[in-house]
Amino acid sequence: MQLLQVDNLHVAYGAIRAIQGISFHVDAGEIVTLIGANGAGKSTSLRTISGLLRPYRGDILYQGESIVRTSPERIVKAGISQVPEGRQIFSTLTVMENLQMGAYTRRDPQEIESSMQRVFRSFPRLQERQSQLGGTLSGGEQQMLAMGRGLMSMPRLLLLDEPSMGLAPILVDEIFEIIKAINAQGTSILLVEQNAAMALSIADRAYVLETGRIVLEGDAKSVLRNPQIREAYLG
Amino acid sequence: MKRLQVPSWITTLAVALLAFFGVWYAKQGGHISVYWYQVVQLAAITAISALGLNLIYGFNGQFSLGHIGFYAIGAYGSALITKDYVTKWSGSQTGALAWMLAGQIGLVFALVLINKLGLPVVKKRISSSLSEHLAPHEANTLGTLAVLLISAASLAASVAVALGLHALLAPALETIISSLPEGASRPLIFALALINGGSIAALVSYLVGLALLRLGSDYFGIATLGFAVMVYTALQNSDLVIETMKGARGMVGIPPWSTWPWVAGGLVLLAIVMRNMLRSSHGRAMISVREDEIASQSMGVDVTQLKNLAFTMGGFYAGVAGALYAHLYGFLHPSSFSMIKGFDPLIIIVFGGLGSMTGTILASVMFALVIEGLRVILPQGFEDWRFVIYPIILLLIMLLRPSGLLGTSEWGWLRAPLPPERDIPVPNRSLRGSAVSASSEEE
Ligand SMILES: Nc1ncnc2c1ncn2[C@@H]1O[C@H](COP(=O)(O)OP(=O)(O)O)[C@@H](O)[C@H]1O
Ligand SMILES: [Mg+2]
Repeated sequence: MQLLQVDNLHVAYGAIRAIQGISFHVDAGEIVTLIGANGAGKSTSLRTISGLLRPYRGDILYQGESIVRTSPERIVKAGISQVPEGRQIFSTLTVMENLQMGAYTRRDPQEIESSMQRVFRSFPRLQERQSQLGGTLSGGEQQMLAMGRGLMSMPRLLLLDEPSMGLAPILVDEIFEIIKAINAQGTSILLVEQNAAMALSIADRAYVLETGRIVLEGDAKSVLRNPQIREAYLG
Repeated sequence: MKRLQVPSWITTLAVALLAFFGVWYAKQGGHISVYWYQVVQLAAITAISALGLNLIYGFNGQFSLGHIGFYAIGAYGSALITKDYVTKWSGSQTGALAWMLAGQIGLVFALVLINKLGLPVVKKRISSSLSEHLAPHEANTLGTLAVLLISAASLAASVAVALGLHALLAPALETIISSLPEGASRPLIFALALINGGSIAALVSYLVGLALLRLGSDYFGIATLGFAVMVYTALQNSDLVIETMKGARGMVGIPPWSTWPWVAGGLVLLAIVMRNMLRSSHGRAMISVREDEIASQSMGVDVTQLKNLAFTMGGFYAGVAGALYAHLYGFLHPSSFSMIKGFDPLIIIVFGGLGSMTGTILASVMFALVIEGLRVILPQGFEDWRFVIYPIILLLIMLLRPSGLLGTSEWGWLRAPLPPERDIPVPNRSLRGSAVSASSEEE
């Protein structure tokens, strides 16, 4: 079943046309990755899906319904959650308060508490640092917090924007293991990465984005074998 | 393992009670003069107003220079009510109160009505149905015209509501107040005046925020400064509209009803409300807007709405503080609400710590004591030098402690509550951070 379908999407910042007609989809249960160099339009795509930007043409269907005119609040409520590039955690809020912010659209305290426990099971380190201020965490912990916060809205689809950015290789491995685990528990994932090798190693399918257009798509293994891709992204 | 700890609310309550009874006994026992008794009250009043501004700027991140304007509105608004009770300037003891209540309810009615009608949608619908027969710009203009007509109609409806309400309220209030004994009607009127001072200021700040908050922080600061200048100028010429406000001559005849229990009670009550709001999900969302608007938007926060909430609530605090101020000396003059005075609360919150209620309260007390203390210490004729010395002290502190006295930290019960105990199995040290193993235990 198609969870998310992006159809001929065009997005511009004023006169700068960042996305020029891309189409892709995410099926329920999948990890789909969108890879591409800096400035290709990956973040722009994610921001448009979560309603922070409006396309000037094209459509986005979530569970069969168009969400291009839906407010970000409604989109979060409907089950799409974005973990932004560069974490953007709230640095003067504690770890726990950051997580509670992730559950902002939810009301039932018991369900929120059980989500919190789930997040702590996935990220035991966050539990140890519950009352520490977000800004005082290390880079890897901040990434974990950003992901935990994203999970607190109980998303069906999690949008991850460059989770490996700026992390030491060992931490990158750890983060990607966690992404797999989150997916195994039933959350579909749209993963944006510059680290193509890592992303392709855990993804089911992949799209390659270049200056606002999709230049290649397929299942992750075949993309990984593609000679042009090997040369351009995997060095 | 766990140390036995006194709950933070107990220590905080103890300090508050100590401060309250300390001042009270000092006054009753004649240990402090009326002058210092008023200085202490002024400190608490300033704290209320500064808490409001800290909510707007410190916690929500919206730089406002217009706070003094809302303080002035609360002061004059409440003074009109209590002066009426004492002098019947409007013709009856509760005439001003009835008009203000009716006016506010009418205004709220108009706002709700306009909001419910969903005017942008209406406009789009009218324009698109007209565009079949007309050129686009004609359809658009007619759509705008229709929306204006609808707005005007709902405003007219609200005025009608207000007039109708006034016709009902005026005699009712009159009977209630005159039937009560003086000992009951006086505090009732005072309480109503304080609440109205707050709510009028809150309504005005809601409208100001609606218009200005979209400007972005820097322009917002300038625009709110413009608002404060507007209020100041209006007050100087207020006697042309309401004679008893006396314009630039200063309003007299306001009953000096503010006492330490009222002022301290107001501060405690409003501080409790603000603390609980800040620790709720709305409060966290307000802080998250200051931290990162885009990120908080992607958490599902309606950023505009929360900015409006903070600004309106901050306006309420300024209004109540202004109302208490009006009844402290029983005299109001526009010069107390000038632009220069408007910097006081800003200095206080920056000095105390942007985003710290504890810091704001401490800084307000210190501000009042330093300003008045210097007046006593300095030799005769040099009183005005305190406005030279004071900024120097301030400058030194800013150089030594750039994030203010307390930064964003809080003391006692004002702090964020500790996380609850959870009986999630303590992660095995060898598995720390390795989520796969940790989460596979779960299902
Ligand atoms: N806020 C912005 N204003 C103007 N242009 C932008 C903005 N954000 C991104 N862009 C431009 O849009 C294009 C795509 O950017 P982005 O989506 O951030 O790329 P990626 O995430 O793939 O690195 C780039 O050319 C970038 O310069
Ligand atoms: Mg990016």
